[in-house]
Amino acid sequence: MPTKKDETGIIEIKNADDMPPMPASMGSMRMNKTASWRSIRPIIIEEKCTSCMICWKYCPEPAIFPTDPPTIDYDYCKGCGICIIECPFEAIESEKEGK
Amino acid sequence: MKKVLTGNFASAYGAAAARVNVIAAYPITPQTTIVEIMSEIVADGLLDADFVKVESEHSAMAACIGAQAAGARTFTATSAQGLALMHELIHWAARGRLPIVLANVNRAMAPGWSIWADDTDSIAQRDTGCMQIYCENNQEVFDTILMAYKIGEHDDVLLPTLVNLDAFFLSHTSQVVDMYDQETIDKFLPPYNPKIKLDVDAPRAFGGLTSPDHYYEFSYKIHISHQRAKEIIRGVGEEFGKVFGRKYGLTEAYRCDDAEFILVDYGTIAGTAKDAVDRMREKGILVGALKIRYLRPFPFEEINEVLKGAKKIGVIDRAISFGHEGPFFSEVKAAMYGRHIPLYGFIAGLGGRDVSIGDIESIVSTMQKSEPRNLIWIGVKK
Repeated sequence: MPTKKDETGIIEIKNADDMPPMPASMGSMRMNKTASWRSIRPIIIEEKCTSCMICWKYCPEPAIFPTDPPTIDYDYCKGCGICIIECPFEAIESEKEGK
Repeated sequence: MKKVLTGNFASAYGAAAARVNVIAAYPITPQTTIVEIMSEIVADGLLDADFVKVESEHSAMAACIGAQAAGARTFTATSAQGLALMHELIHWAARGRLPIVLANVNRAMAPGWSIWADDTDSIAQRDTGCMQIYCENNQEVFDTILMAYKIGEHDDVLLPTLVNLDAFFLSHTSQVVDMYDQETIDKFLPPYNPKIKLDVDAPRAFGGLTSPDHYYEFSYKIHISHQRAKEIIRGVGEEFGKVFGRKYGLTEAYRCDDAEFILVDYGTIAGTAKDAVDRMREKGILVGALKIRYLRPFPFEEINEVLKGAKKIGVIDRAISFGHEGPFFSEVKAAMYGRHIPLYGFIAGLGGRDVSIGDIESIVSTMQKSEPRNLIWIGVKK
C-alpha cells in the first residue's frame, strides 16, 4: 500500500493514486489535521506552569504532549478549551485565532 | 456433479463451494432456507466456517464487515425489508472496499405485506457502491456467487456484490444445477488474501475520520474501480467459460443479431422472454432479447453495441421508480441517448404477478402498433 513517509512519519498525500482504496492506512489520523476549525488557541504560560500534567490528562484529542513543560500540538488541537478550564494554576490562556 | 436444487440451495452450495470463512445472517422469507442450509453445512462439518447468529440484518452485515476486514471471506443473505435494514452497512461495506457477497432474494417491499418477487428492494441499493447482478436461473446463481468473489476480491476492484434472485421463481423452484468438482473450483477461486486487513502487528485505523481533503478522492476511486471491474467481469466470465463450460458477461444477447425489436430485461423475466422470442420468431417476427446481468457497474458499452441496430427497443421492469418510470428503462434510455431509436418502458409482474409468454408477446405487439411511451403498465386492472 502506498503510504508516503518522511523522517517525521506520514506526510500528506497529494493525489488519489497515492491513496489506499479505503481510509485504512497506518497513521491516517495523522494525515487529517483537524485544527482548521479552531477558533481559540490555548497558550501555556511557562512561568505559571508546574508541569502537573492535568491538561495532558484532560485533553480529549489528545493534542498535548507530556513534556516539561507540556506542549500543545496545534495541528490537532481543536480549541475546545478544556485545558484552560481544568488548569489549577491558570497557566493556560486563550487567544483568538486569526486576529 | 449435477443436483436438483432450488435457487436458495444453489446460493448456499455456491457460498460453500467458495469456501467462505464466516456466514452471518438473519432469517427472512423467502431467503430463510439459504442460511438454514448453510448452518447445516457448517454443523455437519462439511465447511470449515464460523456461522454467526445475529439479531438483525443490520447486525448480519456488520458481522460480515468485521470478519471481512480481518481477512475472512464472508457471506450473508436476505430479502426486501431485511435488505432495507442493511442499507446503511451496504454503504459501509462498499466504501470500506470489502468484497462481501450478499445473496438477495428479490421480494416486494411492504406494505402490503408480500413475500413475492419484485426487484425494487435491490434497486434501492443502487448508489451504495455495491456491485449488483440479476440472475435468470439457479445455475446462474451458483456460478455467479463463485465469480462474484473472484471479481470482488481482485486488487483493482475490492467491492462487495449483491447477487439477486427472484423470490419463488428461483428461490423455491427446483432446477438442475451442475456443482462441478471442488478441486477445480478451488483452483479457480484461491483463498482470500487481502493486502490491507486488521492486523495486530500492523495496526491501522479503518474507516476513520476523512476530511474534505480526501473523501472526494475515495469516492473517485470507488468509481474508477467500478469502471475497471467491467474488464475484470468480462475476463472472469471468459475464464469461467473455459474452466466450467458456461461463459458469462455483463449482458447476454439472445437472437439479437438481425432483430428489429429488442426486449431488454433482467432476472427471471429474461428466461420467459427467450421462450417468447422463439415463439414470435416462428411467426416471422424479428425479435431478440437482451438480458442485463449487471445493474452496477452498468454495461453501457455492451448495451449500446447490441441495441444500436434495433428499430425499436422495449425495456421490461419488475420494479417502478414512483413518480418517474421503470428504473432499468431510465438506465437503458440514458445508454441510448443520441441514437434516436424509439424506446418503450414496460412495467410488469410487480409483487410477484406472473409475467407469461403471452404478456411478452403483447409487449411486442404494443411496440409494433403504438407510438413509444416511457411508462406502459402490463396487465394493470383498471
